[in-house]
Amino acid sequence: MMELLPKIGWTMLSLFVAINYGFIINGVIRKVMARIQGRFGPPLWQPYIDIGKLLFQRNSVSHGIMFWLGPVFRSVGGIGVFLLIPVVVGEPRLAGFSDTGDLLLVLYFMAFGSLGMALGAGEGGHPHSPIGISRGLSQMTAYELPFVLSLIAVVAHAGSFDINAIIASQQGGVLHWNMFANPFAFVAAFIALLGMNMYAPFNIVGAPTEIPVGPATEYQNTYFSLMMIGRAAFAIAKMVLYINLFLGGASSILDAVIKIFVIYFWTVFVGAVFPRFRTEQSVQFFLRWPTAFGVAGVALTFWVR
Amino acid sequence: MKKFNGTDKPWDLTSLPTTEVPKGSVPHAPTDDQCFLGSENIPEAPKLQEAVATIKNWFRASSLNVLAFGTGCGAIELRPLSTSRFDMSRFGITGAPTPRQSNVFIISGYLSTKTLKRAIRSYEQMPNPKWVVALGSCTINGGMYWDSYNTIKVLDLYMPVDVYISGCMPRPEALLAGFDYLMTDIKKGEANGWHHYLENLNWYRENQKQVINDWDLPEYSW
Repeated sequence: MMELLPKIGWTMLSLFVAINYGFIINGVIRKVMARIQGRFGPPLWQPYIDIGKLLFQRNSVSHGIMFWLGPVFRSVGGIGVFLLIPVVVGEPRLAGFSDTGDLLLVLYFMAFGSLGMALGAGEGGHPHSPIGISRGLSQMTAYELPFVLSLIAVVAHAGSFDINAIIASQQGGVLHWNMFANPFAFVAAFIALLGMNMYAPFNIVGAPTEIPVGPATEYQNTYFSLMMIGRAAFAIAKMVLYINLFLGGASSILDAVIKIFVIYFWTVFVGAVFPRFRTEQSVQFFLRWPTAFGVAGVALTFWVR
Repeated sequence: MKKFNGTDKPWDLTSLPTTEVPKGSVPHAPTDDQCFLGSENIPEAPKLQEAVATIKNWFRASSLNVLAFGTGCGAIELRPLSTSRFDMSRFGITGAPTPRQSNVFIISGYLSTKTLKRAIRSYEQMPNPKWVVALGSCTINGGMYWDSYNTIKVLDLYMPVDVYISGCMPRPEALLAGFDYLMTDIKKGEANGWHHYLENLNWYRENQKQVINDWDLPEYSW
């Protein structure tokens, strides 16, 4: 027990930093989108003000226990994914609990948040909630195909499901990164990331002017702020996973910060210039070229071996 | 009880609802010192409580979510606010498509009795604290719809208004000035229309039932 306490402390600290970095990235995204549209945009600390305001308001409506458990599941999914992924290479204090779980567990946790949110939001009774849920889950099944194919390629290359082993297999220079060792899997995974981050053209879940807000229509105040916190942790966790799988892990905290920023803004800039797909267009898109790239990535791995 | 709408002398204030007016509210278009409802009866709070309230009010004023419900023709003046020319997001003001996540309700211009029912329902679904901005002359005294048979004339009888913006139609600049006014009042803790509404719910209910003939709402639609 005594040797576990410092580990818990370091993990909580890294989680705190990750959530704050997620908020700052959110603020930068609002500012960048505003500049692209020729506006000034809100201040960088606007996400903090929003969270504060939501915490200072009262919840006035309830739709049952499952309704309130939805945001809890969502944030548990985001935080759980973060705890299972090492952030910096060779730094056990920032590795979280990554020695207790492998890539398969991370994959389960990534689906856990969305499914819990689907159960909770369905209780709300607003028609936008089930529409958003059905759209989101069908898109999820579509982008998970190229994503998992690229993971198979990476895992076969490293010969292990352990994330630390996958990082270790990419050490020894930039050209050893899976990004260059297996470019097909890299392309498939980074197109799947567009669907995962749900910016345009894949923002069909909370589609503005269509089903605005989507599944979260009935959520308010403290539970809504809980969802925002979970979303911030999940965004950073996904980016750290991608760094570990394709960019050779982060050698320092600064390295991690820069790589997270670059990967995240790849999806933001794509979102800034594209209009929205319809649901079936999105599903068909993921099942065509990204899946083909994923299959090519798997084939390349086994051919090289 | 006299009927509020459909009178042949709409300028005659005796044709307004005759129920007893609660203290601190205004029976018709408010005068300058009556604009903020119920603000004179707030007891003095302890220092710590006051400091916490100041912080809370600063957060509330710096992050206003406007319910995107265009009730009248003035809704067209709301659109330019989010574009690059006026850009209300500079002040932390954004649109919220659902009443559950919004704080500010803008009644943009005339309000037909049919829309009033939906507006009341939306207003009551918003979490406290919440504020109402009345945009245009129609919400103050009926405006150009002063003799219309199915629009309301004085919005304050049915919903507690925190800020009036006069004009037909007000420019987006006037709307921004109104937001500035609202934010100042929230920071001072004087925008308490929502509290007044809860305290005098029966009075508002009676007024609402006088103009809505097919009343099928619950007594308070949380």
